[in-house]
Amino acid sequence: MRNPLTILRRRLPGGRDVRTDGGTASAADDGNSLLDRDSVRSAPFWLPPALLVGVFVYGAIGWNVLLSLTDFSGLGTPDYGSLDFENYVVAFQGGTPSWSELSVDPIWNSLQNTVLLIVGFAVVCLVLGLLLAILVDQEIRFENTFRTIYLLPMSLSFVVTAKFWLYMYNPQTGLINIALGAVGIGPVEIVQNPDLKLAAVAFALVWQFSGYAMVVYLAGLRAIPDSHFEAARVDGASTVRMYWRVIIPQLRTATVSALVVLTVFALKAFDFLYSMYGYQPGPSADILATRMVREAYSNGNWAYGSAIAVVLFVMALAIVSPYIYSQYKRGAL
Amino acid sequence: MSFGTSTDEEAGTDTGYPLRRVGLYVFLAAMAVFYLIPIETGVVTAFTDPATYSGQFPYLPPLEPLVSGTGEFSVQPWTNAFDLLGQGLVNSLILVVPATILSGLLGSMAAYGLTTISWRGQIAIYILFVAGIFIPYQAVLVPLTQFWYNVVPLRTAFQPLTVLPFVQEYHWKLVALIVTHTAYGLPICTLLFRAHYKKLSDEMVEAARLDGASIYRIYRRIILPLSIPMFAVVFIYQFTQIWNDLLFALTIVQFGDASVVTQELVGIGVSQSGTNFPLRMAGALVAALPTLLVYVLFGEKFAKGVAA
Repeated sequence: MRNPLTILRRRLPGGRDVRTDGGTASAADDGNSLLDRDSVRSAPFWLPPALLVGVFVYGAIGWNVLLSLTDFSGLGTPDYGSLDFENYVVAFQGGTPSWSELSVDPIWNSLQNTVLLIVGFAVVCLVLGLLLAILVDQEIRFENTFRTIYLLPMSLSFVVTAKFWLYMYNPQTGLINIALGAVGIGPVEIVQNPDLKLAAVAFALVWQFSGYAMVVYLAGLRAIPDSHFEAARVDGASTVRMYWRVIIPQLRTATVSALVVLTVFALKAFDFLYSMYGYQPGPSADILATRMVREAYSNGNWAYGSAIAVVLFVMALAIVSPYIYSQYKRGAL
Repeated sequence: MSFGTSTDEEAGTDTGYPLRRVGLYVFLAAMAVFYLIPIETGVVTAFTDPATYSGQFPYLPPLEPLVSGTGEFSVQPWTNAFDLLGQGLVNSLILVVPATILSGLLGSMAAYGLTTISWRGQIAIYILFVAGIFIPYQAVLVPLTQFWYNVVPLRTAFQPLTVLPFVQEYHWKLVALIVTHTAYGLPICTLLFRAHYKKLSDEMVEAARLDGASIYRIYRRIILPLSIPMFAVVFIYQFTQIWNDLLFALTIVQFGDASVVTQELVGIGVSQSGTNFPLRMAGALVAALPTLLVYVLFGEKFAKGVAA
């Protein structure tokens, strides 16, 4: 017996909590079903958004998995009658699939570049972000101005960033080569140089996102009680030692969140590569995201593109699900 | 860049204190230059007359004939860029305003239904929302193309509307893009609002409940007014995200009259005769202007959205 008004009641004997620890009902819950009365009454609020997310995110992912098992390429409609794992075999071993005249390259190369890009980009972003956060946290003047400037590139689109950096990297008119020329190093081709491509992409992305790492670390630093700083000072530890021994170890949570988000940014770097190289970044800068779009939209190998997308999705899932689970365990959701 | 640089600045005793402070500021200023210089070269190049542009000093403003080699001042690249990107700017605006408002409103509703009203199992639904933030969009592109081009007859359904003033046939693609961006923006909007609603005090909601207010009335009269600061954060964040997107636009618009500004920008300033850098930089800045403006005006709110 529950009257409808208990819907918004706070901790009362036998009632349920309003806005508490993420929806755990109290022990005296009278319905064991997932869909109790309150969920139904609140449905007008959460159901339409949930349907949108359900259809567009989860429905689309499911459909994508299904498509990856077909041999849908070029025109026409997918044949869902004959499903097999051929696309995955091709993706990891190469060979000539039934839907193609020519042999198709496996994805190892773009997989390797993806990992290299993520690792290089994320590590540099975290180190630089941490350094900036610590320095900005020294009770400096113009703190707001510095913070605003460091985060500014993040408000730009990948396409705009790509245009700026194509200009910076230009052999004749780019600032980087002009600086190199000043110290006697003759113009270096950067953007089309197979040895430098991926590093050039990573560097431009660091320029765009290291401010983000700084913001996350700054929030982490300011959550550390002053007493920890004081205690280290009393011990007579030098500033560097204090940060290295006492403060930085406490920034583990900040590091993990920043790392997860930066990884997702790097997986989304397609926009940037497309703006620099179109569909053809070349073998030394091709990542899974560009390979997938090229297979589907440029070569018309829709199902193969879907299979590559599934690999990408599984990678993202492997990185993100432990993170979400730990957030859930901590009650941070 | 390593900790080596910071140790040099921070090492030493208190007697070297002023020197350390100077070192600190010098380093922070040098980093500020690093973040600003690509934008600065873009700005000064965009004001250079393409005919006299030489590229010798991309970081100097156009001061010809005072400083030779810097080119002459001209606003022609800007007018040219506006002409080329005009249609794209209009399309981006048609896309970004409804998509931002819709994803913000729906996100607030979802957060209310999943936070303020407490019920068993809501956390499971919420986790599905949160996971949606991290989806690499490649994983849904092919189904999205199939959906908008072969499953939903949006194009045909849209046909009768073209008799209205200002409505063109190609606008159906923008409608598809609005719905798509709304759906994919919902997870982050819901997360931001939920964090906000967890912090709100119970007392007002409780008092309203005792007065017999319905959950709709409580949402309208109490929750929405208290959400205004969060709406600002969410709108700014979503505006930037949607304005800056290229991938969904490539997937759904593909090409043609409905192209948004990021698509138009990709090929700007490239021709047979080489790259027109002043035009290209002006184009990049025109495309970035709305988000830059929002950032400069509401930087703190943007940072808040980003940090969440």
